[in-house]
Amino acid sequence: MGRLSVDLCGIEIDNPVIPASGTFGFGYEFAEIYDINCLGTFSFKGTTKDPRFGNPTPRIAECSSGMLNAVGLQNPGVEKVIEEELPKLKEVFHKPVMANISGFSVDDYVYTSEKLDKEEQVGWLEINISCPNVHGGGMSFGTDPEAAASVMKAVKEVTTKPVIAKLTPNVTDIVSMAKACVDAGADAISLINTMLGMRIDLKTRKPLLANTTGGLSGPAIFPVALRMVYQVAQAVDVPIIGMGGVSSAEDVLEMMMAGATAVQVGAANLVDPMACPKIIEALPEAMDRYGIETLKEI
Amino acid sequence: MQDLRLTIKENRQLTDKMWKMVLCHPDLAVQKPGQFINLKIDGYFLRRPISVCDYAPGEVTIIYAVVGKGTKVLSEMQIGETVQALTGLGNGYDISEAGEKPLLLGGGAGVPPMYLLAKQLRAEGKMVTVILGFNTKSEIYYDEEFYKIGCRVILATADGSLGAKGFVTDVMPEDYSYIYTCGPEPMLKAVYKKAETSGQFSFEERMGCGFGACMGCSCKTITGYKRICKDGPVLRKEEILWED
Repeated sequence: MGRLSVDLCGIEIDNPVIPASGTFGFGYEFAEIYDINCLGTFSFKGTTKDPRFGNPTPRIAECSSGMLNAVGLQNPGVEKVIEEELPKLKEVFHKPVMANISGFSVDDYVYTSEKLDKEEQVGWLEINISCPNVHGGGMSFGTDPEAAASVMKAVKEVTTKPVIAKLTPNVTDIVSMAKACVDAGADAISLINTMLGMRIDLKTRKPLLANTTGGLSGPAIFPVALRMVYQVAQAVDVPIIGMGGVSSAEDVLEMMMAGATAVQVGAANLVDPMACPKIIEALPEAMDRYGIETLKEI
Repeated sequence: MQDLRLTIKENRQLTDKMWKMVLCHPDLAVQKPGQFINLKIDGYFLRRPISVCDYAPGEVTIIYAVVGKGTKVLSEMQIGETVQALTGLGNGYDISEAGEKPLLLGGGAGVPPMYLLAKQLRAEGKMVTVILGFNTKSEIYYDEEFYKIGCRVILATADGSLGAKGFVTDVMPEDYSYIYTCGPEPMLKAVYKKAETSGQFSFEERMGCGFGACMGCSCKTITGYKRICKDGPVLRKEEILWED
């Protein structure tokens, strides 16, 4: 195993760099410009039971050191993902992929998870209980420990693969959320999803986003993410996938020092489609600089 | 799609709001008129998508509106400075359906993509009519350039300060074989309503990535959901679905 490899719930991945769900589609756009097999894995576009168009546009706004999005889980639905997207993905990506799953009820999560669990290409199920841009689902499960636990427990009962709970930072006590998920059977925790924010257009005096609010991502949220990863790492003993504004090899090392086993890269992919391969390439030199022999030792 | 560091060869003001910039790189390639490039401006997180006005191997011309702080910074950049850009984005116009007498309609900031399109259609020997619409005389740019490549040019201004008074749809000729258009959405809607032939319409939307990954600029069409940046910005008339 190489210097960069890490163990994520019993699956050895070549490096800890994982494009985050919603910033990487199903990988094809990136496969046009580089061999995406250089990635540890990637988390594919948040998938729901039924197809979704998502929110009206504008869905994107900019701010200092980051961006807001209110896409609202646009996806073709789990059946189409299995019939169309996964076979296409197989042609360009030959490693286990992380399935990102969203829902509007416990039954939704169970339905989608059970289906994707059976897919050979899927290595992990990342359960998104943290989308800030949909109503009546997503984040509402991630802001109440009991609701989060009920989703995790139900999903664990119908699946065989490692289940990762993806948490929202929009809570007062991230540790209690993480603990509730782990107690309910989650094999790992990924955090943080985007932070709820908004912008107003001075000329029209109206919100820039059609959804009024959106999720803040990018370097602006890195210190918050790092703090939450650190707090959760002190409290649970399952692997943690750290994310939120990661955009360099140094950010990856910092996340891992805070307690992350692997790291997801989100908004950086949208600004620079080569962000992940650049980070992976820069890791060995950055490790040398800080006297790190292998990433596992962090 | 390529990610290149382009060198600025020209950057000058055309009107109060519009600027013209010529950018070079030996590997630069644009496949079709109607495509765009996405510029990374120092100090701003997201890139700025700007449509291609003209292209020759290794050189691209863009015309951009200074609408905010990012484009203001762009307008202050000097010849010889470099700017990172994703190039060859979007589907672009398909010129194979033009027929013999294509009609091109560009409104305001939607004029630039009409130029490379007109140039390619003229190179194929087509009789090209271009209608350029602006609010007022002082906002007019690039009309001369269309004359120079042998287009029939019709100017319309909303206040009648030059050319015909009214909108591009008020001066449409009777006889044309196909429509190509780009402009603000109300204009596109009006052209759609009045068009007697098929055509291709270029849309604008606020984008995240510009290459199809983030679903930030999706729209509904007759043939399903499309991403303006990747499946567009050009949609065929038959697939457009107007909401509200």
